[in-house]
Amino acid sequence: MAARAFVRLFRRPSYIPEMIAQMDQIGVGSLTIILLTGFFTGGVLTVQTYPTLKTYGAQSQLGLLVATALIRELAPVLCALMVTGRVGSAISAELGSMVVSEQIAAMRALGTDPIRKLVAPRLIALLISLPLLTVLADIVGIFGGWITATGLYTIPSSVFITSVRDGITTDDLIGGVVKPIVFSLIIGTIACRQGLSTEGGTVGVGRSTTRAVVMASIIVIIADYFLAKALQVILGSG
Amino acid sequence: MATADIHTTGSFDRISKNAADSTFAEVDDLDRVIPAIEFRNVRLSFDERTVLNGLSFKVMKGETKIILGGSGGGKSTIIKLVLGLLKPDAGQVLVNGEDITDYDEAQMMRVRKQIGMVFQEGALFDSLSVYNNVAYRLHEQGVPEEEVEPEVRRMLRFVNLEDAIDKMPNELSGGMRRRVGIARALIGDPKIVLFDEPTAGLDPPTARTICELAMKLRDLEDVSSIFVTHEMNNLDYLCSEYAVVNEAGDVVFEREGERLCLINSKVMMMRAGNIIFSGTDESLRRAEDPYIQRFLRGR
Repeated sequence: MAARAFVRLFRRPSYIPEMIAQMDQIGVGSLTIILLTGFFTGGVLTVQTYPTLKTYGAQSQLGLLVATALIRELAPVLCALMVTGRVGSAISAELGSMVVSEQIAAMRALGTDPIRKLVAPRLIALLISLPLLTVLADIVGIFGGWITATGLYTIPSSVFITSVRDGITTDDLIGGVVKPIVFSLIIGTIACRQGLSTEGGTVGVGRSTTRAVVMASIIVIIADYFLAKALQVILGSG
Repeated sequence: MATADIHTTGSFDRISKNAADSTFAEVDDLDRVIPAIEFRNVRLSFDERTVLNGLSFKVMKGETKIILGGSGGGKSTIIKLVLGLLKPDAGQVLVNGEDITDYDEAQMMRVRKQIGMVFQEGALFDSLSVYNNVAYRLHEQGVPEEEVEPEVRRMLRFVNLEDAIDKMPNELSGGMRRRVGIARALIGDPKIVLFDEPTAGLDPPTARTICELAMKLRDLEDVSSIFVTHEMNNLDYLCSEYAVVNEAGDVVFEREGERLCLINSKVMMMRAGNIIFSGTDESLRRAEDPYIQRFLRGR
């Protein structure tokens, strides 16, 4: 389905307005939960790791630990799971409702390809929005860690910021962007697929929405494992 | 059909002057010999259940085929096959003489331009206004807005819903949604229109309005159509009445009688994927099959 969507993307008519609308719903609409998720994840990372670092006299490495954990793992995965719950369910429910109310059949009868009109804009919007949201979560998460470290544990700001700056590598940043790109394809494809294959009326819409969220969440977590190893091998950091 | 005294005036903008002659011209016009829709020995099953069992029939140009039958008889499946939304397991489906049986989506897009489809609940796009719903096909084709609006208004006038042009589907009654669905189906002036139980769940006066629209298309636009229904009132309207334009330019409906007999509406009755009757409404009512008699009497 994703391949069909991309192959037909550049044929007429183009659906740029639909794409922009989806980017607004997916990207801008998810900002609040992503910012909150990032901020408090950075904060709780600091809270949980500071006591252990203090045991070994390594409090100065707190910024490095928070930043790398966020950028490499937590921000991509947590953002993907948040977006799966919010956006994946909405996509599946919307497309499923259109199926059961025969709007998809009407679309085909009127000469429109539902894959191009409905799936492609959502996939593209996710591909663009999720990496951006993840980067935002990284920044806000590090900020949340900084607030907690300086406010709660009186670690000097310069120590925290220096360890962040010295600890982040280019490989971390690349991995932190590659993962959300892959996750966005997983979320978009599964949500659209489940929505468009809805059967059984309104009960079916609920079923396909649940299936979309559960399936996308599990596959994101599994994909994260394999991606982490693959990135280590490819980037030579493993 | 009505007499040839038809005027392009009044409340209806575009009327086929030759609509009255079309039935009688069938034997002279080679184009009318080719059926608008033809099924040849079509079979279709879902899982273990046979939905269509070797179905063969034709819908000629300018003809309305009324498909009657109980729920689950395969009536709506026929419409989906014509549109290419389903593919048969065996047999052939032809539209205007063209075999569409194995057409892919891209090829079907071209065929669907010739066909208008009226769905059971209207199937309006609920995020679009009435205007944008009716204009949908034209917008997809990139037609300039200055050409779209007059066409949309013309179609909404045909279904008497021009006042609702800015409303959203959730603000419309069931009958209004069906009528907007009809207006949307007629954009592009398709010569084949498919009605999938368009009066289901509607009150009798609204159902009558829908049938009047179908009669106008048949008698004034020379449209070929399949009208799927299980309501006997619809059969009565479509087989016994016809639309004409009077001297004031208004569309009126007259009953057939000694002066005129409708021959462009045929009935086909289905049961469990088989055709159990095909012919006129008069012969349907005289049929001796007990199932048909129970169906006609409603018990």
